[in-house]
Amino acid sequence: MVSTASETKLSVKDLSIRYGDHVALEGASFDVRENEIFGIIGPANSGKTSFIRAINRMDEMTPGMKVHGSIEFNGKPVDSWRNLYALRSRIGVVFPLPVGLPMSIYENVAFAAKLRGVRGKGALDEVVERCLRRSALWDEVKDRLDSLGSLLSGGQQQRLTIARALSQEPELLLLDEFSIAVDPVTTMRIEEVLKELKQEMTIVLVTNLTQQAQRLADRTAFFLEGQVVEVGETKAMFKGQTKDPRTTHYIEGRFG
Amino acid sequence: MTSSRPNRIDDRLDAAWIWDRIARAVIFIGGISAIVFVVAIFAFVAKEGLGFILQKLDLSFFFSSPEWRPAQEPEPEFGGLALIAGTASVTGLAMLIAVPFSLGVAIYIGEFATGKVRETLKILVELLAAIPSVVWGFIGLTILNPIIIDLFDVPVGLTVLNAGVILGLMAAPIMTTIAEDALKAVPDSYREAAEAMGATRWQVIRQVVLPSASKGLVAAILLGVGRGFGETMAVLMASGHAINIPTGPFDSARALTATIAAELGDTARGSDHYKALFSLGILLFLVTFVINLLADVLVRKGASDRS
Repeated sequence: MVSTASETKLSVKDLSIRYGDHVALEGASFDVRENEIFGIIGPANSGKTSFIRAINRMDEMTPGMKVHGSIEFNGKPVDSWRNLYALRSRIGVVFPLPVGLPMSIYENVAFAAKLRGVRGKGALDEVVERCLRRSALWDEVKDRLDSLGSLLSGGQQQRLTIARALSQEPELLLLDEFSIAVDPVTTMRIEEVLKELKQEMTIVLVTNLTQQAQRLADRTAFFLEGQVVEVGETKAMFKGQTKDPRTTHYIEGRFG
Repeated sequence: MTSSRPNRIDDRLDAAWIWDRIARAVIFIGGISAIVFVVAIFAFVAKEGLGFILQKLDLSFFFSSPEWRPAQEPEPEFGGLALIAGTASVTGLAMLIAVPFSLGVAIYIGEFATGKVRETLKILVELLAAIPSVVWGFIGLTILNPIIIDLFDVPVGLTVLNAGVILGLMAAPIMTTIAEDALKAVPDSYREAAEAMGATRWQVIRQVVLPSASKGLVAAILLGVGRGFGETMAVLMASGHAINIPTGPFDSARALTATIAAELGDTARGSDHYKALFSLGILLFLVTFVINLLADVLVRKGASDRS
């Protein structure tokens, strides 16, 4: 296991997630490789978001959510991390609906850096500008960095949360249907950014849009009703080379 | 076809329409009565005291002299400084105790406690808020008094310290409840977003939750201050009720409210003493008014900063 750690970013083994009696995910096992974009597609209630939440142990703040099995991050099970905050600081998360923290645009992006102990205006200015540029928001907000993040439009707020996630300099970036509240043009701009970011980090992209997975993901997993139906190369999967007919049906839009 | 639409309503003044009118009228009377009562109380207090303040009361003497001798013959003295200092020092000390205490409890209940612990604590806090003030005064008189005498080796235990502690404990539960409501109003998504970035619980509370709940927390504190100014019975029993500008926590003091409560029964209606007590009432009314106004301005300012 340790020998493959450099290539395997996340190793999921027999993962099950339950909320009381409700099974959100059952017996999931697959690997996410270093520096790939790993797409997760599937209809609503198929366990995609629950999986994302289990990776950085958000289950601990979700009443009733129970996780069994293991997720290894860099070869180390996430539930064996004693300093949960250190684990989370290495994993960036972008939620479906943008959450601008109740502080200025600048403070939103400088937040993670400050948590890490970055001090000094120069250093923080650098982080803020770099991350806002990368999330394609800089030009729109550079003149009003002191205004509240929550005043931005939905699409701008989502790019702000992406900038915030990038400010953590994460090894792993989890995107949970980031484009729900974003217009198509901005979505395309963010997608271009993600292609570049792949050089530096591993990205797990949960999406309702199968085309988005097709455009971005190196490999894709198809989740259905709490089962991982299959994991495969995206290109092959979208050419119809699937192991399970249900995957093809979903991609072609016959259900879900 | 008519029969296929059994629920259609004709244009007539039916029961629903009549009930709507009645409900509106009752709600209107309820709403307007709040204004009427406030205005009526103020008018009554002003009628009894305002003429005295304007014509007889030497305001510079009132605000500079501690000599409160309203029944002295032939020349009564109406110096309010000792009473003002008594109220201010007791309230100040009470807030020194109640603010950290209530915020701490509110943060524990709102951010850390879960399930049964949380529910039990909330019920206990609400129960504490329901204890009558005379019981608190009794506790000050019979329990805290000897404790202070023994602990600090002082001759008298009915002091600013005693009244401040009692008043602090009295104000804390209601302040806790309001503060906890303010914390609860902070969306969980803020906590989640900050925690997902690797912030510790304390960092989330300190840097995200408290700032966004700040206006509610300020309202909680100001409510406590208002409670402190207005509390009468407990302060009367625990402060020693001595006309004296307190110079430390071990001095006895007398509050504005306690003075009114203790003396009004002995005065002849319409006498200068009687009117002087109403002047104290006007002063209390004004202070409370200013505090409420301040709270309102702060809350509005917080709201406009946010939107």
